[in-house]
Amino acid sequence: MYGHDFPGPDDGPADGLLEQVEAAEVALRAAADRGRPGVADGPAADTDPQHYFTALIEADQKIEPRDWMPDAYRKTLIRQIAQHAHSEIIGMQPEGNWISRAPSLGRKAILLAKVQDEAGHGLYLYAAAETLGVTRDELVELLLTGRQKYSSIFNYPTLGWADVGAIGWLVDGAAIVNQVPLCRCSYGPYARAMIRVCKEESFHQRQGYEILHRLASGTPAQRAMAQDAVDRWWYPSLAMFGPPDTDSTHSQQSMAWKIKRFSNDDLRQRFVDMCVQQAGVLDLRLPDPDLRWNEQRQAYDYTQPDYAELMRVISGDGPCNRQRIDHRRRAHADGSWVREAAAAYTAKRQREDRPAVAA
Amino acid sequence: MNPTDVPTQTRLDHLLGLADDALVAAQRLGEWVAAAPELEEDVALANIALDQLGAARLLLTYAGELEGAGRDEDALAYLRDDREFRNALLVELPNGDFAVTMAKLLFVSAYQLPLYTALTGCTDERLAAIAGKARKEVAYHLDHASLWTVRLGDGTEESHRRMQAAVDEIWPYTHELFTPDPAAPVDPAGLRDAFLAAVEPVLATATLDRPADGWAPSGGRSGLHTEHLSYLLAEMQVLHRAHPGARW
Repeated sequence: MYGHDFPGPDDGPADGLLEQVEAAEVALRAAADRGRPGVADGPAADTDPQHYFTALIEADQKIEPRDWMPDAYRKTLIRQIAQHAHSEIIGMQPEGNWISRAPSLGRKAILLAKVQDEAGHGLYLYAAAETLGVTRDELVELLLTGRQKYSSIFNYPTLGWADVGAIGWLVDGAAIVNQVPLCRCSYGPYARAMIRVCKEESFHQRQGYEILHRLASGTPAQRAMAQDAVDRWWYPSLAMFGPPDTDSTHSQQSMAWKIKRFSNDDLRQRFVDMCVQQAGVLDLRLPDPDLRWNEQRQAYDYTQPDYAELMRVISGDGPCNRQRIDHRRRAHADGSWVREAAAAYTAKRQREDRPAVAA
Repeated sequence: MNPTDVPTQTRLDHLLGLADDALVAAQRLGEWVAAAPELEEDVALANIALDQLGAARLLLTYAGELEGAGRDEDALAYLRDDREFRNALLVELPNGDFAVTMAKLLFVSAYQLPLYTALTGCTDERLAAIAGKARKEVAYHLDHASLWTVRLGDGTEESHRRMQAAVDEIWPYTHELFTPDPAAPVDPAGLRDAFLAAVEPVLATATLDRPADGWAPSGGRSGLHTEHLSYLLAEMQVLHRAHPGARW
């Protein structure tokens, strides 16, 4: 399925992945229909909550906000969902950088809608995190003070129009490969959020692919622009899957909890295999001289991204870390008087017992 | 007036006036994306920008067909210079703070709503259909801007001060919107009462003073703009113009 072949841009590159999202949605409904182990409304009074939690996970049922869960499970999910939400919000910047200069009105409209979707995903994911007992304000504070991370990929600059295409194709493509398995995550609100997010992400990947397709078959300058963008975004996109399995700190426990379903390296391999075929259709070169089909593994051999660079970017020294977080802090600070005004207005109406206009 | 009685160039200028108002408003609103006071507002401002951009595209496409010189929406948006743009000055003014942006949105939507409503009954069927679609969207824009004007006007001392300053700054630019034009499909002069009927109660509820009428800068409809427009266009058009004839 991941090696899904698509002949042209009309079929879209993510159709196979979309089928998996739909399969996850069907599985989610089937699990709900099967019912949970034990009585319908949760464990009997004398059931050990840890045992019940484990039984739910083993039965592929979803953990819901009202269920008992281990603290570490809760903390892992908060960290992961919040980071995902922060990534959507910070990710608005590199693409938003090209809204004003989009080279046609049609492209401008699609890009505006895409960046708007990302704000919507951020809102949706913050709401999913809030079901675990944190507030959005707390999470935003953790982002602004650097105590929670966002995807390191957004610390790279968008230097040309083709970068918008490369982000759609490679970055959103990698995000989908990462996120499709999360549609089967054991935590119900996150799994349901991811089903919705993945459907929209597949549209995003398609628009990126179409941008590159158009550029690659355009003028020599457009073609060069597309190749330059792919050259710069390829390895950072591979690094999006995180450190190699041998160095990944969170993986094993997350796999046992069915938060994570595949290892970093497995997902990275799927992404590479998917991209090689798509690059062929685009007639663009992936910047890896050692990329070749391995008959024995039935997968492509490829050059690993520079994980030392990944660690530098994660720790704050990528090309745009300072710029991205400064921008977010400034927007937050510049908006504080507006948020205070809205709160003051609502408070006045409540005191006067007059109907407030809805926020 | 029957559209066939009006010279094509005049009809074209009117269409471009409508289209450029929407296009330039969309370009300004797009600047807010990823910088709004809260996430919900990023979504809302992008949404309004998309509405304006959508109307602009329909109007520009129609204008290009009416002109019959082979110009499509992109040729009209990207290859005209500032002196050929027909938008009112109000929409090209910089975004300022959130209060200025809301004042601009309040005034432009309170003008566009009665305008599009009247245009739905004009004899130009294609224009009437575009106006019918845009009218519904603009009703939401007016609602959104009205709610924020009230919240900011009647919020904190600081927000009141900023909102009043914004209304005072933008008000003079509203006069140009209603410059009489008997050859237009809808004469803007007849829209000012509806505009005031929408705006004055909002200002009153927001505890804001309605500015006195006085200075009334104009010129946008004949291509004499503020200094701001050519910067806006330089940014909007730079990539398209760097690759003549390319498809995107």
